[in-house]
Amino acid sequence: MTRKIRVVHYLNQFFGQIGGEDKAGMHPMDKAGHVGPGMSFAAALKDQAEIVGTVICGDTYFGENMETATKEVLDLIVKYEPDLVIAGPAFNAGRYGSACGAVCAAVAEKLQIPVVTGMYPENPGVDMFRKHIHIVETEGSAAGMRQAVPKMAKLALKLAKGEPTDSAVDGYLTRGIRKNYFAKERGSARAVEMLVRKLGGQKFVTEYPMPQFDRVDPNPAIRDMSKARIALVTSGGIVPKGNPDHIESSSASKYGKYDLEGIDALTAASHQTAHGGYDPVYANENPDRVLPVDVMRDLEREGVIGKFHRYYYATVGNGTSVANAKKYAAAIAKELVEAEVQGVILTST
Amino acid sequence: MVKEIERAGIPVVHMCTVVPISLTVGANRIVPTVAIPHPLGNPVLTPDEEKQLRRRLVERALAALQTEVEGQVVFDK
Repeated sequence: MTRKIRVVHYLNQFFGQIGGEDKAGMHPMDKAGHVGPGMSFAAALKDQAEIVGTVICGDTYFGENMETATKEVLDLIVKYEPDLVIAGPAFNAGRYGSACGAVCAAVAEKLQIPVVTGMYPENPGVDMFRKHIHIVETEGSAAGMRQAVPKMAKLALKLAKGEPTDSAVDGYLTRGIRKNYFAKERGSARAVEMLVRKLGGQKFVTEYPMPQFDRVDPNPAIRDMSKARIALVTSGGIVPKGNPDHIESSSASKYGKYDLEGIDALTAASHQTAHGGYDPVYANENPDRVLPVDVMRDLEREGVIGKFHRYYYATVGNGTSVANAKKYAAAIAKELVEAEVQGVILTST
Repeated sequence: MVKEIERAGIPVVHMCTVVPISLTVGANRIVPTVAIPHPLGNPVLTPDEEKQLRRRLVERALAALQTEVEGQVVFDK
């Protein structure tokens, strides 16, 4: 029989049985063999693989020193010469999930061996690392341990043996990788079949699932527009000429806040678009076509709106991740609330 | 982005051309615009006509902000 697959298991201080939140500052340490949930993994991996060592680190220590901690954990993992690393599962614990993701991503990159972790889909570690590693979908709390362990173990063994995997079959969160395959029917036939099922009220499975977006309830309407302070925000990349903040034309890493004091209209000389992915000619010719400063100024002068907020905010929507857009907008919204802005017009290209 | 602003408690109107994206993303008040590269303008019009067009769209956005909505509404007139 071939030798057993060597596995190292990563755990936080809690599952590593060191202690609770009071021990979350602990530096990484390792123990031979399996610890805590490692016992169930050992059972699920049966005679094919063996947990040769467990590395444990405090969640807070990891979260606050991500780079150093990743390196320290990696050094401890390497000692055991593993063929495979399993981390967590972290369920919906944010710091733990980020740590599991970071450890797995580092192992995959540096040691070039398969890694598996498990998280609840909304764990922030998912968005941070799903593209890099296999993350098995788990319940939100440790109550889901019993279901998570066999799924993770099964996927881990498949990966270790180089067998093909499938997110739908193996229960991991999709990694945004499309695989080409030859279908029996061509696309038009499949689409019509799907449509017929849909019209017939039957179940159908899309071949192109859209990402999940959450919902926010609308706020109450503005009662008196003539007293309201209105601000402009745009994802269309309108920036002062020369793009002083160097906002990227795609996958923007930032947003800008710009002063409109004394500006009655935007012109080709004063502003431009930084946005890639659409023809910039029209926006550069007259940036008001994306950010209607001229009209807003008129409406303010005529008393239709109470006040046109002095600053506008801009970023580039092109290829920018939902997570980043969310982060920028949350920061923008905070400032708008502090400035007592009562309504926002957000323009997109 | 619209959603985070809405979440912060400020009513927000999304002016965009690709309404399905706005609906998918979760904007509540939506005003459809002219075209992707010039949502609030139209280069074939004279500058005056173009500004009038822009004004009508912005007025529609302001009207949207003054309208109580439950869920998503596209203000297309």
